Amino acid sequence: MHTKTIKQLAEGLRAGTFSSVELTQHFLSRIEKFHALNAFITVTQEHALTAAQHADTRLAKGQADLLTGIPFAHKDIFCTTGIKTSCGSKMLDNFIAPYNATVVDKLHQAGAVLLGKLNMDEFAMGSSNENSFYGAVHNPWHDNVVPGGSSGGSAAAVAAGLAVCATGTDTGGSIRQPAAFCGITGLKPSYGRVSRYGMIAYASSLDQGGPMAKSAEDAAILLQAMAGFDEKDSTSINEPVPDYSSQLNQPLHGLKIGLPKEFFQHGLNQQIALDIDAALNEYRKLGAHIIELSMPTLTLAIPAYYVLASAECSSNLSRYDGVRFGHRCAHPVDLTDLYLRSRAEGFGTEVKRRILMGTYALSAGYYDAYYLKAQKIRRLISDEFQHALTQVDVLMSPVTPTHAFTLGEKAADPIQMYLEDLYTIAINLAGLPALSMPIGLSASAAGSPKLPVGLQLIGPYFSEAKLLNIAHAYQQITDWHQHIPTGFE
Amino acid sequence: MLLTTNDVKKIAYLARLGIEDHDLEAFTHDLTNMLTLMTQMNSINTDAVEPMAHPQPQNQRLRADNVTETNQREHFQHLAPHVEDGVYLVPKVIE
Repeated sequence: MHTKTIKQLAEGLRAGTFSSVELTQHFLSRIEKFHALNAFITVTQEHALTAAQHADTRLAKGQADLLTGIPFAHKDIFCTTGIKTSCGSKMLDNFIAPYNATVVDKLHQAGAVLLGKLNMDEFAMGSSNENSFYGAVHNPWHDNVVPGGSSGGSAAAVAAGLAVCATGTDTGGSIRQPAAFCGITGLKPSYGRVSRYGMIAYASSLDQGGPMAKSAEDAAILLQAMAGFDEKDSTSINEPVPDYSSQLNQPLHGLKIGLPKEFFQHGLNQQIALDIDAALNEYRKLGAHIIELSMPTLTLAIPAYYVLASAECSSNLSRYDGVRFGHRCAHPVDLTDLYLRSRAEGFGTEVKRRILMGTYALSAGYYDAYYLKAQKIRRLISDEFQHALTQVDVLMSPVTPTHAFTLGEKAADPIQMYLEDLYTIAINLAGLPALSMPIGLSASAAGSPKLPVGLQLIGPYFSEAKLLNIAHAYQQITDWHQHIPTGFE
Repeated sequence: MLLTTNDVKKIAYLARLGIEDHDLEAFTHDLTNMLTLMTQMNSINTDAVEPMAHPQPQNQRLRADNVTETNQREHFQHLAPHVEDGVYLVPKVIE
């Protein structure tokens, strides 16, 4: 049951082949069996079985949605009443949110069955899931390898068949990079497409929630339930949500694919370059034309991103003060001591680095040199994307410069970790939608294990339907998205 | 070095973030590397470029001036580490 698509499961539920309770029990037993992956922070067994019973009633009454009765899980960044929302941090280890995120409400209304909350890098800061207070997540494809981050628990859970699909969030690649490392399909929607209400903030002008699933078809169904205007999010865009599933089968004949050459230069693993060539050949077979482009400012996306994201993080995380919620140190001698020690004890090293960096970049005398400069580079990068997307329908690139790396390999050097985000972060600066999907299974070098490789599709604002269509067309003529890691069949 | 351990101490205090003395060297080293990476931004001239704060160029949406929230004082204070008589308790600020 854990290898089936949402549509197949929905058919099974309607045909009475299995009930939602049976389906949910199946996934709960897999979560228990594979708990060593550490994909979940909280498993909501009782809650899930109750939700599954409600779903079965809805199904029996013929009032069901496509997602009704489908077991899924939330990244532990989405606030849930009655269930802990930790954001991967000791700071929020005791936090039960007083309200639901809009995305949580929407999926609840759709009747999807919440299995639990997924592991992640602390406050979504990281590219390996090693920055979680609850420990690293293991990649189902190889135990000694990272699943990527920050939505590492989401990617690992979907790849291992511990949930049919999952929510993720993406500030600099946190949906796309783990999707690539774990061989699943993930979509970062346009900024403003999915409500950020109740989604714990890291860098507010970059954060965006999105679907993580086994295929573009499943991602389309999950996005349909997540997307839409929300009064409660002041940055939500009031733009109609198209029917994503109905546009999946549009022909690609005449599609213009742009390849920004800066995405294929030094640092890109040769095997990944070969896998991408093979994927592009499949698109040629579907009638697409490939056009090479240049976007020279892309190379400055990493420094600009780490200034802006750190600045926004230092501001957003100032709310964790040990007074109104979250961790408080024992026996504070005065108010300053309470702040200093509560924050020192509650935050992990990477979060502290970014708070310090952001505080520095925003401090008097340095604002122009770092923050303002980064905002100007953001404009140039955004303009380059806008210009490129007038010449082509979609841009394609690698998702990551390397295959998933070994646990601990980059943990000691933050700069090495930041360079992992080379191909994903520019898209967040521009606010565009981008999708990651599996296009190969290869070894980074002779003797290394075979690991998934991803391809990134980048489109204009609100082109999610087109990106899902382009990915779906590829998944109709290839089977990379159907591969299952050994031991998880 | 772009930064000294003293600079990092000052920044940490601005952020009200306690840093142990034995961690100062490592943070100074990492932040210096981050700043070195960021100096790459100076490789291009951006004098004529307008800064971009946000991906969607649109005005802040306004709403009608109606009360939409109810008082949930107890519900919210339930989360706090230390509350008494409806107020959040912190160490004494004024003698």
